Amino acid sequence: MSHLLIAPVLLPAVIGALIILWMRDDLLLQRVFSIAGTVALLGVALYLAGLAGTGQIQVYRLGNWAAPFGIVLMLDRLAALMLLLTAALALVVQLYATGSGWDRKGWHFHALWQFQLMGLCGAFLTGDAFNLFVFFEILLIASYGLMIHGGGAMRLRAGVQYIAYNLVGSVLFLAALGVLYAVTGTLNMADMAARVAAMPAQDTALLRTGAVLLMLVFAIKAALVPLHFWLPSTYADAPGPVAALFAIMTKVGIYAIIRFFTLVFPHGGTTGQVVAELLLPAALFTLAIGQIGILGSRHLGRVAAFAAIGSVGTLAVAVAQFSPQATAAALYYLIHSTLAGAALFLIADMIGARRGDLWLRPGPALPWQGMIAAFFMASAVAMAGMPPFSGFFGKLMILQATQGAPWAVWIWGTVLSTSLVAIYGMARAGSVLFWQAREPALPAPDPEPGPPGPIPTKLETHEPIQDLGDAASPALTAVAVGALLAGIVALTLLAGPAMRLAEAAAAQLHDPAAYLGAVLHGQEGTK
Amino acid sequence: MELLLSSAIGVMTAAGIYLILRRRSFAVVLGTTMLSYAINLFLFSTGRLVVDAPPVLRDGVAAHTDPLPQALVLTAIVISFGMTAVLVMMALGAWLEGGDDRVDMPRDDRAPPEDA
Repeated sequence: MSHLLIAPVLLPAVIGALIILWMRDDLLLQRVFSIAGTVALLGVALYLAGLAGTGQIQVYRLGNWAAPFGIVLMLDRLAALMLLLTAALALVVQLYATGSGWDRKGWHFHALWQFQLMGLCGAFLTGDAFNLFVFFEILLIASYGLMIHGGGAMRLRAGVQYIAYNLVGSVLFLAALGVLYAVTGTLNMADMAARVAAMPAQDTALLRTGAVLLMLVFAIKAALVPLHFWLPSTYADAPGPVAALFAIMTKVGIYAIIRFFTLVFPHGGTTGQVVAELLLPAALFTLAIGQIGILGSRHLGRVAAFAAIGSVGTLAVAVAQFSPQATAAALYYLIHSTLAGAALFLIADMIGARRGDLWLRPGPALPWQGMIAAFFMASAVAMAGMPPFSGFFGKLMILQATQGAPWAVWIWGTVLSTSLVAIYGMARAGSVLFWQAREPALPAPDPEPGPPGPIPTKLETHEPIQDLGDAASPALTAVAVGALLAGIVALTLLAGPAMRLAEAAAAQLHDPAAYLGAVLHGQEGTK
Repeated sequence: MELLLSSAIGVMTAAGIYLILRRRSFAVVLGTTMLSYAINLFLFSTGRLVVDAPPVLRDGVAAHTDPLPQALVLTAIVISFGMTAVLVMMALGAWLEGGDDRVDMPRDDRAPPEDA
């Protein structure tokens, strides 16, 4: 039992608290500590990925209590993959937030960032259903703070919607857990899986209710239609780097669906069947509405937000198959869509910083127009799932995995036609922003802003859009976006090895017996 | 007692759902509070309703009540209380900044302000 399993939760918690207690007035110290903390988290995630790569499911018993009674953390290939993705994304986006100066638009950006990471890592690691609820709340409460970072009327309004929606989601989560506890008498996921499997089929009415309630909760987190209404305004009005980190938040919902409905309610059982039948139509509608929304938006932030909804729809189509092949394709596409979605939000923020707003209408030519346009095009092509980037492989594998499915015609039709809509929407946004730009450029745009100078100790608030004059280092923002795009290129070039890893993770997920063995058996030496 | 508890949960849930569908933030805050009260009672009932029984094992006592839902309810109360406080603060901020307490997004969020 490696104690490093708890490190992804403890490390951000300690760093976040230290930032609030010791460094609240010193932004430079906050930046150094927070980025160093995320680098350390990435190191831990790499080590844990190596540990999970052996194929052994690692279990960490908190307080050394025996399994169904104490809380356990489980590290399998999927959890390690999600941890690694979270840490890498957080580091790059944090560099962007520092470079663009977003982190000094309000108080406690870095502390909230660390608490957000704590919630995310905990949600990916935990093996206890109620503990999952608690980690969801941790990541949500940090996200509320991050979402309204910088203030502004529109952002606060969107924040109210976001919180109200998620409060209802939390209530539903508790209801689902209450029902499942009343039926099974346990909250440990592995133990629950064992008891569900042993339950006769005619006694599962209440269990099915609980499973569907749980699915609704995760659908709210993942923004599946018709529970997606919170997402467009929240993501479009959130600060750019925060929206980019939120690219992983919808994937938390997808992760939880994969986790629960492969382990606790596997597809073979009646309960899993009900959920799969509900999930697939919802996924297809999500995909269609997301991609059509790209075409209908008049705001670049909303374009990126609807693209995020569309990519979650694609993911959910694959997940709803609940077969090892489709799950592997989903995991590959999950990595891709997280990177591409985050890149799109960051590029939108770069454009907003130079234009002053994000409306899709002709405006003055931007400083660094060529580079930003190239970035935008790359991320738009990646997001729409066109060659030559990894989204194309991801979609291809999803199509392949659904070939024999009963709904194959609908799936293929929706995926292919909505891809076309997405390309058209992205092309329209790009041509308005970059090709209809007025010449000449702004009166005297200074392509090389002066040295950033010392960071003012007094933080400025109430500025909805970051302007370039505040940027600590515009070059750093370009490096951060470039790093995300480089990640997509690497995922394309290394598609073979990445797919083999995804297949190994999917094979592990579809063998619940291994989890039951790791968590419930061999508990000598525990209390 | 079963009837009392289940009808209380049902009425509070119905009131909560009605209130969260209103357009003003104050009603929505009250609605989420109602919903979380209802769910706390519901969590209590998941351990089966037992009266006058100790929650911890004790010698010479035959009937026990399940202590776990009580612990879950405590956690749920703390979390929903904190979240509601955040929601109140945020609603207050949105009212001060935006000038009204509606929870739906204004048109300016979707379309450029000048082509109204």
